[in-house]
Amino acid sequence: MRFLLDDEQREFGRSLDAMLTAAGTPSVLRAWAAGDHGPGRVLWGRLADAGVFALAVPEAYGGLGPLPVELAVACVELGRHAVPGPVAETLAAGVLLGGAGGAVAEEWLPGIASGTAVVSLVLDGHGPYALDADAADAVFTVTGDELRLAPGPGELSASADPARRRFRPPAGGEVMAAGPRVGESARAAADRATFATAALALGCGEELLRATVAYVKQRTQFGVPVGSFQAVKHRLADTLLGLEFARPLLYGAAVELAGRSPGAGAAVAAAKVTAGEAGYAAARTALQSHGAVGYTQELDLAWWLRRARPLRDAWGTPSACRARVLAG
Amino acid sequence: MDLARTARTEALRAEARAWLRDHVPARPLPSLETGEGFAAHREWEALLHTGRWSAVSWPKEYGGRGADLFGWLAFEEEYWAAGAPGRVSQNGISLLAPTLLAHGTAEQRARVLPSMASGEVIWAQAWSEPEAGSDLAALRSRAVRAEGGWLLSGQKTWSSRAAFADRAFGVFRTDPGAAKPHHGLTYLMFGLRAEGVTVRPIRRLDGKPAFAEIFLDEVFVPDEDVIGEPGQGWRIAMSATGDERGLTLRSPGRFLAAAGRLAELWREAGDPADTALRDRVADAVIGARAYQLFTAASASRFAAGASLGPESSLNKVFWSHYDIALHETALDLLGPDAEAADGAWAQGYVFALAGPIYAGTNEIQRDIIAERLLGLPKGRR
Repeated sequence: MRFLLDDEQREFGRSLDAMLTAAGTPSVLRAWAAGDHGPGRVLWGRLADAGVFALAVPEAYGGLGPLPVELAVACVELGRHAVPGPVAETLAAGVLLGGAGGAVAEEWLPGIASGTAVVSLVLDGHGPYALDADAADAVFTVTGDELRLAPGPGELSASADPARRRFRPPAGGEVMAAGPRVGESARAAADRATFATAALALGCGEELLRATVAYVKQRTQFGVPVGSFQAVKHRLADTLLGLEFARPLLYGAAVELAGRSPGAGAAVAAAKVTAGEAGYAAARTALQSHGAVGYTQELDLAWWLRRARPLRDAWGTPSACRARVLAG
Repeated sequence: MDLARTARTEALRAEARAWLRDHVPARPLPSLETGEGFAAHREWEALLHTGRWSAVSWPKEYGGRGADLFGWLAFEEEYWAAGAPGRVSQNGISLLAPTLLAHGTAEQRARVLPSMASGEVIWAQAWSEPEAGSDLAALRSRAVRAEGGWLLSGQKTWSSRAAFADRAFGVFRTDPGAAKPHHGLTYLMFGLRAEGVTVRPIRRLDGKPAFAEIFLDEVFVPDEDVIGEPGQGWRIAMSATGDERGLTLRSPGRFLAAAGRLAELWREAGDPADTALRDRVADAVIGARAYQLFTAASASRFAAGASLGPESSLNKVFWSHYDIALHETALDLLGPDAEAADGAWAQGYVFALAGPIYAGTNEIQRDIIAERLLGLPKGRR
């Protein structure tokens, strides 16, 4: 047993972190929220060049996947930098289309791997919304055993996070594939979206904690840094605790997905509820520890503060995940 | 990155499972915090020892099996899954033994470890004092140089198992003039029935004498019972708390077994419409898995040569909080029956309540997490 990332995996994470730090996501987020996807698509192109989207695409279609451990490493970094766009959805589409096979797989998977195709999804049991459908090159919907290409993005519905733009695609559209393999692939794709969202939530929480620790070290009251007060320190310690115990569940789920273990779905659900709750707890800690200025749009922190709760609930609410864990 | 188990670990697991199936008492032993129960648990330790299961991670020469951390984790999973008794020797095995293996002499190891493994000598810890709890370095009990050894005087308290144990280990002040409170301390072992020792049992919340005060009046300790160099006691004690102890104080196997029993209780007695309680049962199952995987990551780092240090504070806060939540959930599932004080869940609950207090209060652990892992400034406590 060696339940640790290897040097190459760690270096992959570090290089994504460095690239995204240099790119500076807050300006990309502002543009994205205003409906300008240009800077976001440029960033997605660079992530694709780094191999991120190929991780979810089978080798037969020009990808490298599936590599769940590397996928988790990447999504933690994308979450850390609040990268806008349908990340979990595009990665899950790799599983959906790879499983469905046929012409639709041939048509879309190479583009997903290379970053030229941004994809959103609506899957049975996960609500009617397609994230960032107006930025996507394709929106796929699965009902029962039918996979369709949505006829358009549909209507925009405001999200608590302005950079998560949710659309409700109209019913219908061309049937791209049908049969039991579609339904089965859709369930596997939903698990992959849940898994990716867990990693995004963990990264989001880690950044919220980092920013808050930096803030409480420099903000002084009563002549000392507020981070020297025990009430503040203990809350931050508990926040770290939550994140540190979510991470092994995430990578444990990655190992189970890689090994196609029958318990992988429950493991993904356990990781999702734990990372989602830990990320949201980090947001609450960050807001409280920043005080009034945290409750504004003045700081870039607002992008992370508003994202943590939607990530907690997307692709598996805490309650749904807990039920899945007990069902086994 | 993998969770694969080696053939060696799995062979140990299979052998442990078979032995436990044949030997674990059919009925639970009386509580080890009573005189009768202590004796029964001592006999169990002796039986464990005959199968060489009492200290699997020790070298073979002292009664162990030389198992690595992964082997120990597998053994613990089997042990608790089998419903085996609590370990009355835990203080000696998880605290004193690692200290002796790291800092003791060959003579001390040969003299102390085999009788610890067999349950013939059961050890109590003697750390806290009336004025030195969380601020352990404020301890005042002293050891004064004498011909061929030291004379101990002072008072220790909250000594787990001391009401019935044979010997104790702790840290004593040997140089009252040292520049800092944690300098000038010495780690040593002494007999609880030696001349000058008075043990006064303290009744726990449920009335059982789970710990005791120890009064020491010029108790002679020979030089051979000093561990490491005189004056180095703090460093020696802390080295044991930082490394293995963070991993071995509470094994994941214990919580995996308890969470499994809780999930079973939920399936038998739970109301499917009570989703709030269902969520707490799920959290217990998830928490046990999280702790198992967190420990697997720590053990992997340890096996790769890293030292663990302050992250053991994360571990301690997690399991102590988790243990209470797990038992509260079980009691809620039992409903009106939960009040029965002799039930396994009720007894486990009382035991769990102490978790956030002992082995360094969770407040101290959170200070360590904040200062050493997050780099926050020191402040008034």
